[in-house]
Amino acid sequence: MIDKRVRNLAEAVAGIPDGAIILCAGFGGAGLPDALCEAIIEQGARDLTVVANNAGTGRTGLAALLATGRVNRIICSFPRSSGSVVFEELYAEGRIELELVPQGIISERMRCAGAGLGGFYSPVSVGTRLAEGKEHREIDGRMYVLEKPLKGDVALLSADRGDRWGNLTYRKSARNFNPTMAMAASLSIAQVRHVVELGEIDPEMVITPGIFVDRLVEVPG
Amino acid sequence: MPLKRRQIAWRAAQDLADRAYVNLGIGLPTLVADFLPADREIVLHSENGVLGVGPAPGDNEIDWDLINAGKQPITLVTGGSYVHHTDSFLMIRGGHLDLALLGAFEVSEKGDLANWTTDDPGFPPGVGGAMDLAVGAKEIRVLVEHTTKAGAPRIRRQCGYPLTAASVVRRIYTDLAVIDVTPQGLLVREMVEDIDFPALQAKTEAALRPAPEMRPLRAPPV
Repeated sequence: MIDKRVRNLAEAVAGIPDGAIILCAGFGGAGLPDALCEAIIEQGARDLTVVANNAGTGRTGLAALLATGRVNRIICSFPRSSGSVVFEELYAEGRIELELVPQGIISERMRCAGAGLGGFYSPVSVGTRLAEGKEHREIDGRMYVLEKPLKGDVALLSADRGDRWGNLTYRKSARNFNPTMAMAASLSIAQVRHVVELGEIDPEMVITPGIFVDRLVEVPG
Repeated sequence: MPLKRRQIAWRAAQDLADRAYVNLGIGLPTLVADFLPADREIVLHSENGVLGVGPAPGDNEIDWDLINAGKQPITLVTGGSYVHHTDSFLMIRGGHLDLALLGAFEVSEKGDLANWTTDDPGFPPGVGGAMDLAVGAKEIRVLVEHTTKAGAPRIRRQCGYPLTAASVVRRIYTDLAVIDVTPQGLLVREMVEDIDFPALQAKTEAALRPAPEMRPLRAPPV
């Protein structure tokens, strides 16, 4: 029997090792696995690298995890947004390393990791500082840079509904990075608003099939 | 009178074509959504996976699962759809968007765009989707105030700030003028009525030429 449900947040994040690369889904607060981020504070892993589009807002969720000082490095497209106070403090104090990656490139690099590909050539960032040091190649008259896959040890996801096989659905723009990150990590953990019976989700509506999900925990809200 | 920010957005909206798929960048371009001409069907794309962005919701319709690139609550139009991030950026990079309207720190006379970092060590850089949009959409237009608050020109011979992309901007909407980037340089299509051309040039580092059919830049009080 396949049953990926776990009883609580502590079980959901158990075993995340020090030094892990953590893919954290969400765009702003939409689709952000805030309860899982906070559960890692209790769990205790340190020297973490976080991959996320934004660097958290306020003092909860991802921002709370950053505030512990246990995230050494963040790979991000847009760390600076209204309310990203914790990140801004850490950055100003030199306590967190920032790797800035264009938004669609973060996403496609993770897709590559999930798809078993060795990378791709992209026109994005050619002629800018973010292309420095990357392999350049002209293909059919256009210049591209090589982008390598970005694989996580752990993905933290937030979904609307999930069943015991790990099939997931999302609501509206809260889908964002979740389906791609689910594919791109060795251990994918989802917090879902509603755990439903197997078969309740119309197969045509499954956005993330359970093959990409290892654990799910119900977090109403 | 220089245009107000909402008037710059109104003016840019007047040029949107019927049936166009358009991305609005954060800040000033986001305001364009309020001024879509009623006689045209225009599909707004938001980088976080929304195709068919509708008007801002009423106070009791806010749904924080439905936001735009600036993290503000939005609605979805009838016919709209949701995609995940990788597909959203496939739309952007794959040339499927007709137009992206972007903000800028600076634009050069060659259409170079700088809008992601000022290199201020106390102010972390943020590239977001700007580099993907700048090379991916079929056309790039910029909405920007003509000068900084301190009066420094934002339309320059060369950008002083690090580039987002080179030679991509085709039209610039400012509070003073509508300017096309052409192979022969910057061509002023429209200019507000209460300044003269030398005054506009004085607020612009790059050389400007008036278009033969240059018109007054006017916008209603919006």
